Amino acid sequence: MIEKEDLTEDLTGSEAELETQQVNSLDDTKALEPGKVEFTLAGVLEGFRATIPVAIGVFTYGLVFGVLARQAGLSLIEALLMSSLVFAGASQFTALGLWVAPLPILTIIITTLVVNLRHVLMGAALRPWFSQLNLWQKYISLHFLSDESWALTMNQFAKGKRNGAFMLGSGLALGLGWVGATGVGGTLGSVLQDPARWGLDFAFVAIFIALLVGLWKGKQDILPWVVAALVAIGAAQLLPGKWYILLGGLAGSLVGAWRNAD
Amino acid sequence: MQIRAEVLLTIMGMAIVTYATRVSGLWLISRVTLSRRVETWLSYLPGTIIIAIIAPGVLSSGIAGAIAALVTVLVARRTGSMLFAMLAGVGIVLVWRTLGLP
Repeated sequence: MIEKEDLTEDLTGSEAELETQQVNSLDDTKALEPGKVEFTLAGVLEGFRATIPVAIGVFTYGLVFGVLARQAGLSLIEALLMSSLVFAGASQFTALGLWVAPLPILTIIITTLVVNLRHVLMGAALRPWFSQLNLWQKYISLHFLSDESWALTMNQFAKGKRNGAFMLGSGLALGLGWVGATGVGGTLGSVLQDPARWGLDFAFVAIFIALLVGLWKGKQDILPWVVAALVAIGAAQLLPGKWYILLGGLAGSLVGAWRNAD
Repeated sequence: MQIRAEVLLTIMGMAIVTYATRVSGLWLISRVTLSRRVETWLSYLPGTIIIAIIAPGVLSSGIAGAIAALVTVLVARRTGSMLFAMLAGVGIVLVWRTLGLP
């Protein structure tokens, strides 16, 4: 295992030396060199295992979704259907907020699109590796693209690992947690009326903070991250919905590209 | 156990637009040769998007949130375990609220 990693690093290192221009400006040259990407069952299992702690966090959140979905008037099977087919927590909670009779179908669909627009950027970031996968591998894996599975997968690629099946495994673990919890929450109903009482509303923040620690590359991250935080905080005050995620992420990353590209 | 037509329509619509956002990132950039600057930009996206997701929430969660966030960072750095980091952060928030602190 360790030997294999060393080999990958050596290979990436020598490739990087050939293109000297690419070496000096960034520490993450390794992450930007796609290398040869494979797609194996071992990759699925690795992604699944690595995601179990996160899936536990997702489970607590999914319980809340299940409870709220029933309160909003969805049947258990409808809530389960939404969690499996949409599989995007933030937008599903937003939809519940809009769920009144008669159902504003178009408004809910458009809002879902906006809340999930950030996926476009995430998909773009996966391209160097995912473009090497075949049609089925790509388009099935992409259903499992979520904030968590994507961050874990990018983290994996940044470490020099090259298994394209990691995200599928990661997404399956999250899906199991999310859909399972929707079912449990939807069945138990009123047990978790107030998740804040148990500090569970912080579980997601904590998961994302832990992911950030893994993504930290050094001092060059400070300015982009600060800009992203400030723009997100400002946009959350001024704009409805989840636009702040898109705006903050864009602003911070563009500052990073502008500062460190030359 | 029931599925109503208008609910099914809404859920299918949500599923289709969401799947579209998931796959269109690949198409969007695959028509453009990545320049050095675009690659650098993409390399910053994971961190900045995650920061943007949590920043407003951490800010609005007050002192408890700030302390819990800090403890989560420390535990994540020290143990490298996402589960321990999460339990530590949630634990701080739970204790804080149980004690009725501001």
